[in-house]
Amino acid sequence: MIENLIIYFLIPFIKIGAIVLILSGAIAYLTLLERKLIAHIQVRLGPMRVGWHGLLQPIADGLKFVLKEDIVPSKADALIFTLAPMISLIPAFVVFSVVPFGPPGMFEGLLRGILSRFLESASVERIVSNPIASGGFVTDINIAVLFVLSVSSVGILGVILGGWASNSKYPLLGALRSSAQMVSYEVAMGFAIISVLLYAGSLSLVEIVQQQQAGGWWYFFIQPVAFFLLLVCGMAETNRLPFDLPEAETELVGGFHTEYSGFRFSLFFLAEYANMITVSALAVTLFWGGWLPPFPNVPWLGFLGIIPPVAWFLIKVFLILYLFIWVRGTLPRFRFDQLMNYGWKVFLPIALGHVILYAAILAI
Amino acid sequence: MNTLEESTVLDTKVLEMNMGPQHPSTHGVLRVKLKLDGEKVVDAECIIGYLHRGIEKISENRSYIECVPYYDRTDYIAAVANVYGFLLGVEKMMGIEVPERGRYIRIMMVEFNRIASHLLWLATHAIDIGAMTVFLYCFREREEILKLFEALFGARLTTHAFRVGGLWKDLPPGFEQAAHKFLDEFPARVDEYEQLLTHNRIWLARTKGIGVISGKEAIQWGLTGPPLRGSGVDYDLRKARPYGGYEEFEFDVPLGENGDTYDRYVARIEEMRQSRLIIQQVLKRLPGGPVRGKAPKIVKPPAGEYYSGTESPRGELGYYIVSDGSAQPFRVKIRPPTFIGLQALRRLVKGHLMADVIAIIGTLDIVLGEVDR
Repeated sequence: MIENLIIYFLIPFIKIGAIVLILSGAIAYLTLLERKLIAHIQVRLGPMRVGWHGLLQPIADGLKFVLKEDIVPSKADALIFTLAPMISLIPAFVVFSVVPFGPPGMFEGLLRGILSRFLESASVERIVSNPIASGGFVTDINIAVLFVLSVSSVGILGVILGGWASNSKYPLLGALRSSAQMVSYEVAMGFAIISVLLYAGSLSLVEIVQQQQAGGWWYFFIQPVAFFLLLVCGMAETNRLPFDLPEAETELVGGFHTEYSGFRFSLFFLAEYANMITVSALAVTLFWGGWLPPFPNVPWLGFLGIIPPVAWFLIKVFLILYLFIWVRGTLPRFRFDQLMNYGWKVFLPIALGHVILYAAILAI
Repeated sequence: MNTLEESTVLDTKVLEMNMGPQHPSTHGVLRVKLKLDGEKVVDAECIIGYLHRGIEKISENRSYIECVPYYDRTDYIAAVANVYGFLLGVEKMMGIEVPERGRYIRIMMVEFNRIASHLLWLATHAIDIGAMTVFLYCFREREEILKLFEALFGARLTTHAFRVGGLWKDLPPGFEQAAHKFLDEFPARVDEYEQLLTHNRIWLARTKGIGVISGKEAIQWGLTGPPLRGSGVDYDLRKARPYGGYEEFEFDVPLGENGDTYDRYVARIEEMRQSRLIIQQVLKRLPGGPVRGKAPKIVKPPAGEYYSGTESPRGELGYYIVSDGSAQPFRVKIRPPTFIGLQALRRLVKGHLMADVIAIIGTLDIVLGEVDR
């Protein structure tokens, strides 16, 4: 009884708490990272005043958001207007419940050390041997990829509802753009992922990483096209430049969140950055071998194992985030119809052809 | 039959949308009333006057010399060029000769101003289309020019650059070296912008075929400057009706072919390079002597009507000055290039998408201070 409580209640709660806290911090500092990197691309310094080289800037920003007056426009649909930022933010966090940060059995030693002080060794072993309790993830479900896709597409509802509930024209256009954009790019993204699934033969993210370990190759080396498709579609999904049409400051004055201010705005803001991390984590898990070092089965590269798996995961996520920011500092913005053209006439056929090609290869 | 069809089809309505006067991409306080079908522009109406200060009327109550600072404030991005145009008119009326050194320095500063103005145009045009890095790069270079302005005029934006008969004072020590340093670095910097934009597929997709206007139509709409030359019409007042000594310098007038946003972009980029060449020639041939000719303390031009047309960075800037023989102008009518260019906006944006409206406003390079006066 007590063992089940610990396995299914206590440990997941601790993990969820840790992830929520760490992720919030990561998002806050991702904004600082972005500002700093873009600043250096643009030959300036970025935030320098708050803390050493602006290190406390995210905290100051957060305080500012919380302290601002909470405004709901009088003509807005108040209920949906309040609900929309939450609908946008929550899925971005929920997705992380299935993302594997580390291998199964990662916390074995730690758990054993702590639990053996309070419990008999038999029940300790029962807990430790449970893969969910000791793994470097909150849970491992066998439809994880589907779960990620479906939950993350709920997030866009928040954008649409927020734009609609504002009862204002610019947010409405932003919301319409984002719904169209989501539909176009979700499809291509799905196909890009399917080709990985064909190869791995599993929908569980943990299983997919383990397959890459067994094969000795990251899927990036086997299916680079699918990786780039996922990356580009990911940029479109997270409304990043060059696909930031729903926000498009210079056209739509901020798009769907024009009417939002203060804390509610910050929720949308957090959601955008959380989604960036989500897409990066997904790309890393599917294509860059999750927690694995490069070429995991090459013996003379074994020294790479010194760096712990979680660190490998974080380094790779950081690299992809860096790419996102770099792109933002370089490219102009697409126009709405061009974006749709690329989505349906370029990315979708490539993704579809890619899937068919790999299916044929695997069948042979 | 008819009623049945109508009742089953949902009604659609044209969306009327206000862009501005507080929109981030209308370059000041332009207000455009857009009629949108989805995102497609059905109609666009410009509403101006939010920055009207009555500068032309004020001029009637000031002496010619007191007028000059007001023209800093019409087109504040190209303040030097604006003052230059007015003073050329006054000097023509009075028959005042400007010494050669003064003329040369004036041309140099006007060309510097042209570069600065085009840099600001490129910066805002690029950020409107989403390329935010170019924005800051352009400001970096513009800063160098503003420093030169500060060294010579004592001010950066509203410079009150010239005086009747020449300049207030000669170049400060170290000015020429600083100018040379800037000119040497500048081509590499322009290449940098071009690297980021000119061959960028997204940039091409956003600017090619957008806001197309033929040369003939551009003339009919009264477009001048880069928007006219982007359509392939070779008309630059510095060549067509040389003034102030421009005929002594060699430079090309860059022309476009298709008259779209991209061609206007290329033409302006090339104009910056040409302006640099002019400044280099000026610095090479800069003669000695005074910078200010003999000019009376009180300017009283003989009665009559005068027109002074110059090529400001935005196009033909005209000052139509009527004198009644007193120390105050009877009437000053300014022909601001972008006030006249702005009327073509409606024609240019029709049928394009909303995002293109931003690009087209950017490509016309409007300055609301000049449009509203």
